[in-house]
Amino acid sequence: MTDQHENSIRQAIAEAISENEVILFMKGSPEAPACGFSARTVGILQSLDTRFAAVDVLPDPRIRQELSALSNWPTIPQLFVGGELVGGCDIVTEMYETGELAELLGAEQQQTPAEPEVADAGVLQIENRLG
Amino acid sequence: MPDAATLKARIEAAIPGARAEVDDWTGGGDHFRATVVADAFAGLSRIQQHRLVYEIFGDEIGGPIHALSLTTLAP
Repeated sequence: MTDQHENSIRQAIAEAISENEVILFMKGSPEAPACGFSARTVGILQSLDTRFAAVDVLPDPRIRQELSALSNWPTIPQLFVGGELVGGCDIVTEMYETGELAELLGAEQQQTPAEPEVADAGVLQIENRLG
Repeated sequence: MPDAATLKARIEAAIPGARAEVDDWTGGGDHFRATVVADAFAGLSRIQQHRLVYEIFGDEIGGPIHALSLTTLAP
């Protein structure tokens, strides 16, 4: 594929990250995770009643390539809060267990409007979820 | 195929003073679990600590190493 198309994927990813306070890039969907690490991360977000957008990286391998290039993080899932990479399943799990994740998400949710806009990111299929 | 002992040796070689414990999580030679303790992690965020380890393996993560689950600690 052309560089231009890959750049448009990267741009769409960057916009999705900036437009969604809490966004999870995962394998599969929150209802049907396609990987145990993605499933565990979704379960943690849902247990904290977190509203989050989810992007399935599986439909197009370039989504994962461009995401990892952008985030400098090699694995999926990747959780972003307030535009910053929080981490993958290991870090999310560790922060959940220490209470840091609830603190971070609580702080972000207070700053988030009750009904965040649904991002239209074109090539990405983004679902907004209430856990 | 990577094995746990090789991963341990590579982590300890790449991060001076690091001690790593690596398990083959599933026995399949592609899902690993590592605990790494290193002075180099002091003062770094978890993200930065994990990146130091992931960078050792580059494109192998997501390739032959399907998953490398990490716990990182500064001593």
